Amino acid sequence: MIFSIVITGAPYSSQASASALQFSKSVLKLGHRIHRVFFYADGVHSGSALAAPPQDERNIPAEWAELAREHELDLVVCIAAAVRRGVLDENEARRYEKNGHNLSPDFNLSGLGQLVEAGILSDRVVTFGA
Amino acid sequence: MSDSKKSFLIINRKAPYGSSAARDALDVALTISVFEQPLSLLFSDDGVLQLLPEHNAAAIGQKNLSANLAMLEMYDIDQLYVCSRALEQRGIRPSDIKLNITLLDQNGIAALIKQQDQVLSF
Repeated sequence: MIFSIVITGAPYSSQASASALQFSKSVLKLGHRIHRVFFYADGVHSGSALAAPPQDERNIPAEWAELAREHELDLVVCIAAAVRRGVLDENEARRYEKNGHNLSPDFNLSGLGQLVEAGILSDRVVTFGA
Repeated sequence: MSDSKKSFLIINRKAPYGSSAARDALDVALTISVFEQPLSLLFSDDGVLQLLPEHNAAAIGQKNLSANLAMLEMYDIDQLYVCSRALEQRGIRPSDIKLNITLLDQNGIAALIKQQDQVLSF
């Protein structure tokens, strides 16, 4: 079965991103495919390369990046939600004349069309909200 | 873009202000309509408060959401379903809502969800 995952909660103030990670690992282990993981609303903070949780806590953004490399996952961060929350890639940093960027290289900024396309091409879309 | 169609249901559960959920859901609804996919909206829980007319959002420094909801028909988004129990619990009469809505009880909501290919909840 083809899944897509939507995450709307921030990684350390809600369970959304951590639960979505567990769920994603499980469906991959069971042999299903994940078409796309879409980070929306406060979910965009999972794409930050600058998250630095204490050593004895999970590094959720790093776990996503690792899972993506392992399984060639398409991790898409909603661009409109991200730029207003200060999650920028190099291009957007230049566009908005910011002196830094923080989107992890394993994530891509794109539009809501990627969420709808994921819904069209997947058998199931599972939302993890705040 | 794929030629295949999927029916989408967006469930609106949150109040119009206080979190970004209502606006986020609206943006997704408009994008689904751009992709010309069958789309229904269900308003339940505090989400029914989104349907009240004459929001005064400027008083809390927000953009008015009810104006956007009134525009939905222009985008051919006309399948609006409302949880009758959520209205009742909040003392809202169906006649208070100026949009063209269909009231559903719990069985109706279950049937609506069952008909859909994809369900997104905000």
